[in-house]
Amino acid sequence: MSFRARHLLGIEHLSPQEIVTILDLADRYVDLNRRTVKQSDVLAGMTQINMFFENSTRTQASFELAGKRLGADVMNMSVASSSVKKGETLIDTAMTLNAMHPDLLVVRHGASGAVNLLASKVNCAVLNAGDGRHEHPTQALLDALTIRRAKGRIQRLTVAICGDIAHSRVARSNLILLGKMENRIRLIAPPTLMPAGVGEFGCELYDDMKAGLEGCDVVMMLRLQKERMDGGFIPSEREYYHRYGLDAEKLAYAKPDAIVMHPGPMNRGVEIDGEIADDINRSVIQEQVEMGVAVRMACMDLLARNLRAERGAKAAEVMV
Amino acid sequence: MILHFENARLIDPEAGTDALGSLTVKDGLIVARNGAAPKQAEILDAGGKCLAPGMVDWGVKIGEPGERHRESFRSAGLAAAAGGVTTIIARPDTTPAIDTPETLEFVTRRAAEAPVRIRHMAALTKGREGREMTEIGFLLDAGAIAFTDAFHVATETKALSRAFTYARSLGALVVGHPQEPGLSAGAAATSGKFSSLRGLPGVSPMAERMGLERDLALVEMTGVRYHADQITTARSLPALERAKAAGLDVTAGTSIHHLTLNEIDVGDYRTFFKMTPPLRSEEDRMAIVEAVANGLIDVISSMHTPADEESKRLPFEEAAAGAVALETLLPAAMRLYHAGAMDMPTLWRALSLNPARRLGLPQGRLAEGSPADLILFDPDAPFLLDRFTLRSKSKNTPFDGQRMEGKVLATFVAGTLVFKA
Repeated sequence: MSFRARHLLGIEHLSPQEIVTILDLADRYVDLNRRTVKQSDVLAGMTQINMFFENSTRTQASFELAGKRLGADVMNMSVASSSVKKGETLIDTAMTLNAMHPDLLVVRHGASGAVNLLASKVNCAVLNAGDGRHEHPTQALLDALTIRRAKGRIQRLTVAICGDIAHSRVARSNLILLGKMENRIRLIAPPTLMPAGVGEFGCELYDDMKAGLEGCDVVMMLRLQKERMDGGFIPSEREYYHRYGLDAEKLAYAKPDAIVMHPGPMNRGVEIDGEIADDINRSVIQEQVEMGVAVRMACMDLLARNLRAERGAKAAEVMV
Repeated sequence: MILHFENARLIDPEAGTDALGSLTVKDGLIVARNGAAPKQAEILDAGGKCLAPGMVDWGVKIGEPGERHRESFRSAGLAAAAGGVTTIIARPDTTPAIDTPETLEFVTRRAAEAPVRIRHMAALTKGREGREMTEIGFLLDAGAIAFTDAFHVATETKALSRAFTYARSLGALVVGHPQEPGLSAGAAATSGKFSSLRGLPGVSPMAERMGLERDLALVEMTGVRYHADQITTARSLPALERAKAAGLDVTAGTSIHHLTLNEIDVGDYRTFFKMTPPLRSEEDRMAIVEAVANGLIDVISSMHTPADEESKRLPFEEAAAGAVALETLLPAAMRLYHAGAMDMPTLWRALSLNPARRLGLPQGRLAEGSPADLILFDPDAPFLLDRFTLRSKSKNTPFDGQRMEGKVLATFVAGTLVFKA
């Protein structure tokens, strides 16, 4: 087993071995989560603070549940509505929390790089729950776990990532992870929603959905992030749905056993047809949510082990 | 008082020479080159080190009025003297903007605290808002050396064309910031692979060319004397070349940071590397270095922009842009010299002669009769930069912790020693 990181800030800094380590451990937590008694004590006595500068229901609930099932004391700070509004800076908020000696800090922030900045100022383990348009590592890991369980492997697959790529941290983290695991990646988006220079990342770019989906094993849809747009990326939702919304006709171009994924929350009738989303033979969207809890448990477990080892080493130094 | 420098490597940007010799200074002026030492002269042996005209740094932000905690005339002056800058051309993007003769008189008075020469640019439009022109005539009388709205780009082209026309009638020099503001709105980085990887909102380098093309069209229309503050992308260069070839009264500058750093240096969201405009690709950087070497770009300036720790300790998108550079201008420029990108006279043409000439100042030369604004420096002296040793009140330098070469040994303004290492 190999996992050395102090924080989980992004997929960028993980090695393929570390990714496999997380996924293997997460598989075990999936089993635990399906039992009636879901308790573990690997985080017993540890404090986990969820600090969400952006509103979130799903991710925050998933992290909260993951921490509680591992026996941590979990606290949710809805920072979006507190001292930040009174003018306190991100660093001050972080320092204040740091003084309360948390062990795990789960952070979501609207600015790219904000979680990296915060991690440099605190002495606990920081988990990035999404920063701006940068990374959302646990989402990419839970997607990888879902794919691995559905397809039996996470290598040599053709994966299409479709939709609002420009505004998506999920797309960036997935792009990096799937690339590290040696998959063939296709990005499908209207050119206005395709980030600049992304062709240099070693993926294939399409602005035609049918051509892009041809022969894919996995179809990842992204949410159209209306709240991050400053206007005029697409002519209308109905034209977007017509050209880029996943429906049965377009999905027919992918492999017959291709799975459909979506990080949620979905805009039905905008990027995905409701019937496809609910099709239990194709859609793994509910599995993604289930894997989310397990992957977050695995990440926190591994970070906590490193934290204990580091503190143990320090204590040993003091004794000498 | 007579000074006689002996055994000095004289950097003469006007003659394009770099050779050992001597220089005699009397009553604040250069009086002789390679002459014998006059009897009463104080003899200074330069030991083969470089003696060059002091740098004329065009586009320095000083925090007075309004932000004296970031930089005062005194702290900027001390930093300039230590950095080898003998003339500061200050920006008017203060709070409030320098847009009336009264504010200009205030800063002129305050600037007397500094040990180097300071001249002021005034705002071209009131409040730098790009709507109504300032009292260009009165401001010229009060000593404004040029007119600019600094980094604020006017979108009301009609109002801007009137300001250009009026400035033309008075022979005033206008400094523009070439950027299409609609395209660059909200951007924190140059769009491309790097900004996409970091998830930062990017601006296409094309925004600079669009802004430049508009300004050049207005120059053609009005005949105003125009200087572009920073040209930083390869795609702007053909437009600049065409304008110069067409005989428009146009010059251009660039910043030392865009000559020595690129977008990848931002790395893990290091806000000290956030600039206006954002750092560019390595291809652009090399093209701009080449344009300075061949003279298409006339001026190198520090674009010294002090920012306090609070405004930099923020997520990258929210952090303030700009870097202090008065004290790092010389060692950063030495990177270009040591890399073989340009020789000393070429560098000094952009660092002292061209800005002085364009602004109508007698500085920037080693010719007899020129003001004795001189710096003695060692181009090879190595050091590790610690930002807390800087004399600027703000310490936001991208060169913190970096190995640099080039140290100023002594700085003279009008023949008077104002800094000695």
